[in-house]
Formats: sequence, structure tokens, C-alpha cells
Amino acid sequence: MDFDNDIGKPWRWTEEDGTVVTRGAAWSAPGCHPTGCGIKTYVKDGRLVRIEGDENHPVTKGRLCVRCLTLKDFTYHPDRIIYPMKRAREDRGLDKWERCSWEEAYGIIAENVGRIKEKYGAETLLAMTGTGRMTQMAGVGAHRALGTPNGCYAQSGFACYGPRVSITQYLLGAPYPEIDFAGGLPGGYDDPQYQVPEMIVQWGKEPLVSNGDGLFGHAVLDLVKRGAKLMCVDPRLTWTCALADYHLQLRPGTDAALGMAMLDTIIAEDLYDHDFVDKWCYGFEQLAERVATMPAERAADICGIPAEEIKEAARAYANAKPASIAWGLAIDQTVNGAQAGQCILSLIAITGNFDVPGGNILQDIFDGSGDKVVAGLGWKLLPDELKEKVIGLEEYPAYVNMMLRAHADRALDALETDIPYKIHGIWFGSTNLLAPTCSAQPKRWYNAAKDLDFNWVNDIFMTPTAMALCDVFLPISSCIEQDSIVPTHYGGTPNYYSALNKCIEVGECKGEFYNYHDMGLIVNPSAWTGDNACTPMEFIDDYFVGGTGMNHAKLREEVTHQRVVGYRKYETGHLRPDGMPGFNTMTGRLELYSYAFQSFGEDPLPYYVEPPFSPVSTPEVAERYPFILTTGAREYAYFHSEGRQIPYLRELVPEPLFEVNEADARAKGIKDGDWVRVENQFGFCLLVAKVTNAVKPGLVHAQHGWWFPEEDGEAPHLFGVWKSNINSLVPHSRNGKLGFGAPYKCLLCDFRKAVPEDFENVDVEGVDQPGMPKHKYDDNFYRLDKDESYQGASPAAGEGE
Amino acid sequence: MGRYGLLIDYEYCSGCQSCEVACKEEHGYPVGKWGIRVFNDGPWLVDEPHDWNWHKIPVPTKLCDLCADRVAAGREPTCVHHCLAQVMKFGPVAELALELEKKPNQVLWCPR
Repeated sequence: MDFDNDIGKPWRWTEEDGTVVTRGAAWSAPGCHPTGCGIKTYVKDGRLVRIEGDENHPVTKGRLCVRCLTLKDFTYHPDRIIYPMKRAREDRGLDKWERCSWEEAYGIIAENVGRIKEKYGAETLLAMTGTGRMTQMAGVGAHRALGTPNGCYAQSGFACYGPRVSITQYLLGAPYPEIDFAGGLPGGYDDPQYQVPEMIVQWGKEPLVSNGDGLFGHAVLDLVKRGAKLMCVDPRLTWTCALADYHLQLRPGTDAALGMAMLDTIIAEDLYDHDFVDKWCYGFEQLAERVATMPAERAADICGIPAEEIKEAARAYANAKPASIAWGLAIDQTVNGAQAGQCILSLIAITGNFDVPGGNILQDIFDGSGDKVVAGLGWKLLPDELKEKVIGLEEYPAYVNMMLRAHADRALDALETDIPYKIHGIWFGSTNLLAPTCSAQPKRWYNAAKDLDFNWVNDIFMTPTAMALCDVFLPISSCIEQDSIVPTHYGGTPNYYSALNKCIEVGECKGEFYNYHDMGLIVNPSAWTGDNACTPMEFIDDYFVGGTGMNHAKLREEVTHQRVVGYRKYETGHLRPDGMPGFNTMTGRLELYSYAFQSFGEDPLPYYVEPPFSPVSTPEVAERYPFILTTGAREYAYFHSEGRQIPYLRELVPEPLFEVNEADARAKGIKDGDWVRVENQFGFCLLVAKVTNAVKPGLVHAQHGWWFPEEDGEAPHLFGVWKSNINSLVPHSRNGKLGFGAPYKCLLCDFRKAVPEDFENVDVEGVDQPGMPKHKYDDNFYRLDKDESYQGASPAAGEGE
Repeated sequence: MGRYGLLIDYEYCSGCQSCEVACKEEHGYPVGKWGIRVFNDGPWLVDEPHDWNWHKIPVPTKLCDLCADRVAAGREPTCVHHCLAQVMKFGPVAELALELEKKPNQVLWCPR
């Protein structure tokens, strides 16, 4: 049956009844990754009346997830903050906000920032950011708008995307290599240039739900329907794992051992691509020798997967041509993630799946998009003496030089100890870091930030973080209230970029980048005047699509622009700035043996090391806390801490869930729907049991992001932010050797049925850590890789050669 | 006019619940009322080690009007339009029955 549609319609038209329909793309807010799904907004008399998916979008084709379907409810929610607000410093934690003008808000910020800069130096200001949203680019906010080198993403070890991006840069000289889902090709899956992969591997990733970083997740399902086999590497059984042809259900945090064993099988059985290895890889012999120390039989013991399953999976991947690996957040959320990532890149490389149709694709270095995203044009404007003061630079250059941000754990150390210097103020850029989103030990962040001289925030709703800590609140626009641009993977993959097209105004809300510009003009004028002068629109154009010849005015007509960049760019010279064939590395080859890692004191080859807390590395801790805890799996309903106040979303997942196997639940007398108290050596929280086979006996999973907008917002309750705060159980400063990674997905815990007293103490317990000196913790500046007791416990902590 | 229905390929329904929410937005059904709901069967083990039964099955409710207003305006129902997994089809039952014949793990609903 045929239906009418809007295929081929312009970016904006008016219907007979006067409704203005605008095509555009979504990004944030409401928060999501830069996947840029196509949307159509229907606006009548200046008010959004409905939203639909835009069938013109070359990838999403009209499909839309629940977060954008409820955009109208989000946009006009009665609790949304739509005017700037101020509050006296002594009233932090109290609902004593007063509406003010943008001028007054900027005036207050300018006065405080000016005073702090003059008295203590610009580096004593931190610019904290959240993930995925437009505002995640600490670079532009911190460096250019504020003039501090200390942009900071609060997640311990930057355990989200940053490690993967950096590892790839060091080994390949390119950004994260996404699976090829034909996003850049006009014919999509049927494009003559494209080949449907014979196999897609989802490794520590569930893209259907997460749409990670610009991969429209349901493209994986589209490809499965077109014949791609699916392999999942995941400790949990997700819906896609059940659908998959192979499911490697490994113990959390053992990915590097599995990767080494798969490499060993492929090399030992001569299933690798000799031609690609000979021509384009460096260090194959050394890699082969190293992975031979991890045969499948050994990995089987470590990972808890039969050796034959590992070998079969390795063979299946190696024999599938082409095949792609989507490697996800779980790789970042272990201290051994750099090595796991190294294994995955090596697997893609030695099977010849780099930059081939249907494989893992790389960015064209001359494509001109995304090259300013990290640097944000602001870094080069900072004086050298400020650049040298970025927190963590000396200790973790591999992290800080690549991300151009303060090291997250060292930033908390600085807040708690005043080393290397005292921090005087924080700008929270759309981050709700007290909620269990990114920061480890959020009560420590709360303690450390609540008495600073001046804090301010930009966001959509009054969050626990804003209520607890801030003096000025700047209201931010949703994605349909501003003209802007969304590039998949922040520009780092050759897929597409799209226009955000403004169609309504709400209160006095302002887009993130417009705020950077306007605030920057007042608090850091040299970066926005003279040679650096630009309009907000010019700033956005330059930032997102600077070198491409594209701008928003042109892009708006097209709405989504597919980038169509060629394959096998190591042959065509499109991976190196000098235009020569090869990879953009020291050796000109893809480095299976990494000189870059070696230069940072890291082992140049992959190795396996146990999670910092596991039945193997800390049997005494495991005796007290016998369950392996993994956190943070995505839900369709929510983007991290967002969405709990949207009725249709909350209805989908009303309570913070804790997945527990039926056998374990029965042994503890816990039924589905019971509140449970989950705890470990670092903290506790209260969650609602979901009894399910999705986790094996001995493994539990906790949702993240929870707070309760319907509850009392004032301190100490803060919308119940401590009640179900799983990040209370995540330790500070347990990072990999390069400073990357933290064990969010591989911890230990125990749990029991909750009792009423548990709820009474939840707000105060741990907040002030009675008996502990307020700003000293025994793990400030802790280095896991220098802790001999930890090294001794790990079976294969490889040393540099 | 013959009867119309929804053909759903539950082999590939990912359980994203876009159909539920799109329907609520379209019809203004409050929290606690639905025009379509996704039911969950699984995961339960069919066979060791990895053969699981896990189906998500969208089921139209008494409130499903097959998007009569949209269809009258020539548009497909909103659940069909927004389905992330693209597993829903709307049309005359006779047409959909032919589709049903072609592939297993589908279900044909006739809510009205």
C-alpha cells in the first residue's frame, strides 16, 4: 500500500492551514550523540505542535527514537528553566533562585571571573562538560570562551570515547574508525560502492540503544536483515546478543585477553591478510610473538569463555570479508582499555578490514571537517605559560595533549588538595556530574566544589548539580531553537553532517555556541575581537565544517550532506598531511607495535592486566563483595541523567534498575521490584531489583544517570541524587598507565534487600565523610600502575621492552 | 472497504518502544493508556549455550484506531513511520496476508 510522504520537499514549507513545517536534524538538547537524526517540526503561531521523523534523511529515513518523539514535552515542560537566574553564594543548595537578564547574568560572571583571573590566574577556573551534547567540547568553552587551559570532562580516566579516539590517533594517526554503514554514500546500502559486511562485531557496545557518537545504531539491524552476521562481545545478554550468531559472554574487564587470543588464533592458523600486513602494518612479528603468550586456552580461564568458542569466533571474524568491529564504551571503562583497543585495531588491521567498503572506515585528512573540534580554535589563543599549567600534563601527556583537557582525576585531586594549585571556580557546561553520569565519587566532587568562590552553569532543567553548587544559571536552547550544525562523530568519520534549523523560540534560551560567543566576548574578549572577531553563525560554521567549503546557510537547504569520501585512503595519500600513501604515524604504517605508546612509558604491545578489583586481583575484597558489578548500559528512554521529568519517558523506565540473576535473587530473598541496597568498599546506593537472565549468576548490572526531579530539590536531598547514585561505588583515580580508563564496568559489590533505615540515611551518609580530613583522601594522586600490591596480583602485567 | 491491519516482523523488533510513544503523542493518550504496547518474552534459554528466545512483540490495544486521521490524509500510521527497526507495515489485510506467507516470525494484527 502506498502512502503520501514528504520526500523531495524543501527544508521549509507552509501547509494550507498556516502550519510551518521545517526539516532539520536533532542533536542536543535534549541530549544525544551527534547522530543527527532527521526531524520535521510543525509550528503554528510560533508554537511547536508536532514533531515527526524526516523520511528524507538518507540514514534514519523517518525513524525516530522516544527521546525526539517527546521533544514537544521536553521543550514546553513546566519545569524547564527558560530565563537566566541568579542566587547568592551563601544560598547554594537552597531554592532561592531569582530571574535576571542575560546582561546581569553575564555581568555577575564577568565580575567573578575577572576577579579570580586577576587574583589567582585563569588556570584556577575549571570548565566542566558533559558528554555527547554540543557542549561537550571543553576546548571551545574553556580555552576560548573562558581563557583557562583547564577544560575538563569529569569522568575518571576520561572513560568514554576519549581513550578510543586517542588510542586510534596514536596507532593509526586517524580518528576513531567507525563501522561502515554507508552513511556517507548517497545510495545507502544499495550504493554501488558499498558492500554489506559479512559480519559486524559489537564489542562492548550496544549501538541500537546508544547511537554512540554518530553511529545510527539501528543501521546494524538494517545490515543484519541484509545478511550480515552478528557477533557480540558482552558480559550481559542484550537483545542483540540473543539475536547474534556469536555471543562471547566474557567476564567484565577481560577484553584485552580475549582480543590477544583472537589475534593469536588468526595468526597461528594463518587466517590473516598477508598483503595488507606486508604493505601497511608495522611490528607484525612482535605482535605475533606477544599474542602467542595468550593462547585461547589461557584466555578461556581469564575470560570465562571456552577456548573453542574463542577460536571459532576468531576464525569466523577472519573469514568474513568484509567485516567490521564496532567497539564501544566498555573498552574505555577498564584500566586495560588501551590494550583492548590496541587488540581490536590489530584485528581490523591484520584481517585487511581497514577503510574497505563494509569494513571500518577512516576520515579523509583533507576533508576539512572536524579538525577544529578538539582544539576548538581556542587552544592556540592561550598564552604558552597557561598551556603549561593544564592539570595533569606532566603526569599524563598521552591524555592531556590529545584531549587538550585537564586530567579528570587530577582535577578532583587539585580541588581536594590545592595541588598543583587551588581551584577557585567552576563552569558547569550542561553537565550534571553529581548525578551518576560521569564523575566517580560524586559526593567528593560535591564536597570539593560546594565552597568554591564562584560556580555557574548552563543547562535545560534545574539539576542537582545546579541546585547544589551554582550561583548563576544560563538557560540553553533545544536543537529546534537554534541554527547550528551536527557532524557525526564530531566530524571524525566520513559519514554526514546536518543542519539544525531554528523554528521556535522558548523564553530567553540561547544555543550553546551562541552562549560561548556572547559570554566569551565579555569574559575573554581578546579571543573574540580583532582578528578573532566573528558572528556566532560564523563561529559555528568555522568550528564544525571549517575546511569543507560548506556553511549553515548552504547546508540548511540540503539539510543533510553526505561526505562521500573514498575507500583505501592509505593507498591514495588521503590519510597523511603530506599526501603520501600510508598512515599518519611515525613509521608511516599502522603501528601494531606502537612507538607512540613506548614514548609515554607504556608497553608498545598489547598485554592483559586484571581489573583493579576482581576475584583474581583482590580475592580478599571479593570475599566481602562477591558480585561483579557492571554499570551504565543504555536505555532508549534516557540520555544519561536526562529525561526523568518527561512523563512518557519515565513511564518506560520509572525506577533505577539493578539487574540480578534469578538464582542470586532467590538466594538473597529478593523479588522483582524490591528495593535493594548495593554496596562496596567505596560507597552504596539503593536500586530496584530486576530479576533477569540478562546477567549470569555472579554478575549484576546497575543503571546510571538517576535522580528524581519530582523530589525535594534543596540540599541535602538534592532531588534524591544520592539515593540511587551508582557512581558512589566507582573509585577515584584507578586509571590505566596512560591516564585513560577507569573501572566503571568491572567492579565488585554485594547487595541485600533494603530496609527503611537505608532510605533515611541516604542523603547524609558519606557526604561529609565524618572522621576524615575534609580535603584529604588516601587515594589522592594514586597510581594503580605503580602500586606493587596490584601489579603482583595481576597475572600478566606486561612490561615495556 | 476491506479490513486493515498491522503486519509486524517480531524477529527483528528491537523493543525500542518508539511505536508506543509515537502513538501516545499522536493521540494524546495519558500515562497509563496506550494505543500499542510492546510485550516482552524472554530472555529464556532454548538450548545451551547461546540459543535464547527473546522476542519483543508490539500489540495494538483497544485504543488503536490504526491512525484513522493520518490514514485519511494519505499518511501511514505513526507507529509504522517511526519504528526504528522498520518491522511494521500497514495495509489491507488481504495484501498483508500475502506478505505474512513469505516470512516466518511475523504477526498480523487487525485491531478494528
